Amino acid sequence: MRKRLFRNLLNSPVTEPVVEGANEILETTGTELRGAISRTLGRSLAIREVDAGSCNGCELEIHALGNAFYDVERFGIRFVASPRHADALLVTGPVTHNMREALERTYAATPAPKWVIAVGDCSSGCGVFADSYACVGAVSKVIPVDLVVRGCPPTPLDLLQGLLWLLNRSATEVRHPVATGP
Amino acid sequence: MLKALFGDLPRVSSHRGWPRVVVEAATWRGIGEALREGKLDLLGEWGDQGAVHCALYELATQQAITASIDASTGKAPSLAVFHAPALRLERAIEDLFGIDMVGLPDHRPWLDHGRWPLRTPLAQAPSAVTRSAGQSERYHFLEAEGPSLHQIPVGPVHAGIIEPGHFRFTASGEMVVRLEERLGYTHKGIERLLYDKTIDEGARIVARVSGDSTVAYSFAYARALEAALGFHPPPRALGLRAIMAELERIANHLGDIGAICNDAAFSMMHAECGILREDTLRASAAAFGHRLMMDRIVPGGVATDLTPVGQEMLLALTKGLRRQFPELIELYDNTASLQDRTVGTGVVSAALAAEFAAPGYVGRASGRSFDARVSLPYTPYDTLPIEMAARTEGDVDARVWVRIQEIERSIAWLEATLAALPRGPIHSTIVATPDTTAEGSALVEGFRGDVFVYVRISPAGRLERCHLRDPSWFTWPLLESAIEGNIVADFPLCNKSFNCSYSGQDL
Repeated sequence: MRKRLFRNLLNSPVTEPVVEGANEILETTGTELRGAISRTLGRSLAIREVDAGSCNGCELEIHALGNAFYDVERFGIRFVASPRHADALLVTGPVTHNMREALERTYAATPAPKWVIAVGDCSSGCGVFADSYACVGAVSKVIPVDLVVRGCPPTPLDLLQGLLWLLNRSATEVRHPVATGP
Repeated sequence: MLKALFGDLPRVSSHRGWPRVVVEAATWRGIGEALREGKLDLLGEWGDQGAVHCALYELATQQAITASIDASTGKAPSLAVFHAPALRLERAIEDLFGIDMVGLPDHRPWLDHGRWPLRTPLAQAPSAVTRSAGQSERYHFLEAEGPSLHQIPVGPVHAGIIEPGHFRFTASGEMVVRLEERLGYTHKGIERLLYDKTIDEGARIVARVSGDSTVAYSFAYARALEAALGFHPPPRALGLRAIMAELERIANHLGDIGAICNDAAFSMMHAECGILREDTLRASAAAFGHRLMMDRIVPGGVATDLTPVGQEMLLALTKGLRRQFPELIELYDNTASLQDRTVGTGVVSAALAAEFAAPGYVGRASGRSFDARVSLPYTPYDTLPIEMAARTEGDVDARVWVRIQEIERSIAWLEATLAALPRGPIHSTIVATPDTTAEGSALVEGFRGDVFVYVRISPAGRLERCHLRDPSWFTWPLLESAIEGNIVADFPLCNKSFNCSYSGQDL
C-alpha cells in the first residue's frame, strides 16, 4: 500500500480540467438563475440526490462525478446525506406515483433558498416511461425545477458543465488541484 | 424430474427455444413439491391474461422448461405455499393481474402502494380506483416484538446516490434482529407499456429497465425475440453482444468492489477502482458510442460496429487492467483492517442460496454452481467457453472474491474473443410478422446474475406480452437473511456486496 501511495504522490493527478461549452443539453427557467447560487451561497454548493424512479443510469453517471477524473468536490460541490443539509436537489426519473410523496417531502425538508436540478430525459417528461399509469411525469409537475440537464443518461461532463454553468463559474476561475500546492 | 413431471405433455407449438407446456392443477402441485424438495430451481413466475407461467431449471440435466396453468377464472394455485422464493413474484402477480393466488401465505400488496390511478393494471380490464388521489394505504410490516427491541426505518430516499426503497430494521442494541424490505417505489409500469409495442419500440424500453444492466437486458430481449421468430443474427453481431456484456460486467464489478471497500471506510480502493471503472466506460464509449452501451444491442444484431480503432481501445483497456488490477487485489487481500470488516460478515448459507436459486455472485459465493453462460450456454459462450467463478464461504469477502475472479476471467475472455471476432455484417432485419403467435424465452447472465425474458409476438409483429425478471427478485430476500445477527453498521457493506437492483425488481 505504501508503495502505491508514494507512487500516486509522484504521479500527476488524473483529474481533468473542465471547459465551459456545449450548453444545448441545458434548459433553464430564466436567465437570472445563472450565478444566483454563487451570489447567495458563495463558493459551496451542497446537493442532495433524489432518485424519483429512474432506471439508475443517471445515478451511475452522477456517481462518476466523484471519481478522480471529474472530482466535483474541487469546485466546492458536495453531495450530502440529508435534504436538511442541502442547497439544491438533483432529481432523476419520471417521478413514479409511488415516489411522489417522498419527493415532495424531501423538497419540503430542504431549507430555503433552494434550487432543483432535473437530470436526464425522464425527469423532463420525455423519456420512454412518459405514458405509463405508474408515472406522474416530469419533475416540474411535482416541485418547481430551475434547471434541466438532458441526456439518457447525461454524461458526467454534461452534468459538470451544467453545474458550473449554474454557478456561473468556469474552470479557469476554479483553482485546479495541481496549481494549489502548499 | 422434468421427465417425470412433464413427460407426456404436448409442447405448446408457438413457443420456441426451450419447451413450454400447459399443466393441470395436479402437475402444478407437483412442481411446487419438486421445488420444495430442491429438485428444481425456480427461474421465474409471472402472470398473463388468463394464465400464470413459471420457468424451471433442473441442475442435474441442465434443462429449462416453462409451465403454464390456466387462470381464466381469476384464480390460480400458489407455488409460494411450497416454495418461499415465489412469494414476492406471486404478490406482484396479484397486484398487476388481479389473479387470486390460492394458498399464497402473504396477500399484502407488493408493487401496488395504493397510489396508482387504477388497480390490476395489466389485467384485461383494469379497475379504476375510487379513493381520492394521493391517499395511500397503510402497509403492515411483519412484527418483531420484545422488551429491548427498537425499529429503525430507512428510506425510501437513501443517504447515498442510490435508488429508493424502504428498509425496516428491528434491532436489539446494535444487532439486527429482523430486516424487512419494502420495494416497488420505482415501479414504472414497464410491462404494461410494452403491451402492443413494435419490437423496436420495445427494445428502447427494455434497455431502460435497469441502467447498470442495460446490455444484459437488451441481450436477453433480443435473444428471446430471435428464439420466438427462429431468427439467427450474423456471427459478428453475436460476438459483439457478448463483448459488450463482458465490458458491462467488468465496469460494474469494479465500481462495486470499490464501493464495498468504501463502506468499510477504505476509500483508497474506492478511488483506485473508480479510475479503472471510468477507464472501462470510456473505452466502451470509444468502441460503441455510449458509456453504458445503451441501445447498442437491438433485435436482429447490434447497432454499432466495432472499428479497428475501437478494437485497439478495448485491447489497450484490457492491457491496462491486467497491469493495474492485480495490485488492487493485493491491496484488498493484504489490508487486515478491511478484511476484518468483510470476512464473516453477511453470510448466506449454501442451503438458502440453493433454495432461492441465488443468481450471480450471491449464489456463486455460497457454493451454487450456476452461471447462465456455462449452465445454459448461448452463442458465443458455447464455442468460446468462460470458466465459472466459485467460492463457498458466502460472506461479503466471498462475494468480493467472486467478482475479482469474474473480472480476471472476463478480461482474458475479451482478449480471446477480440482476436477471434468474425468479420461480416452486424445486423439483419427481422421480419416480425410471424404467421401465428410466436413465443420465446431467454436467459442471459448479467453482471448481477441471470436476466430472464419471455416474449410473445402477435401475427402483426406487436408485443402481446413481454416479461422481464431481474435477478434481484431472488437476491433481495437473501439480503434480509444475510444481515440477521450482524450489526446495523455492517448493513451498507452487506447491501453493497449484494447490490440488488431496485428498478429491475420494481419494473
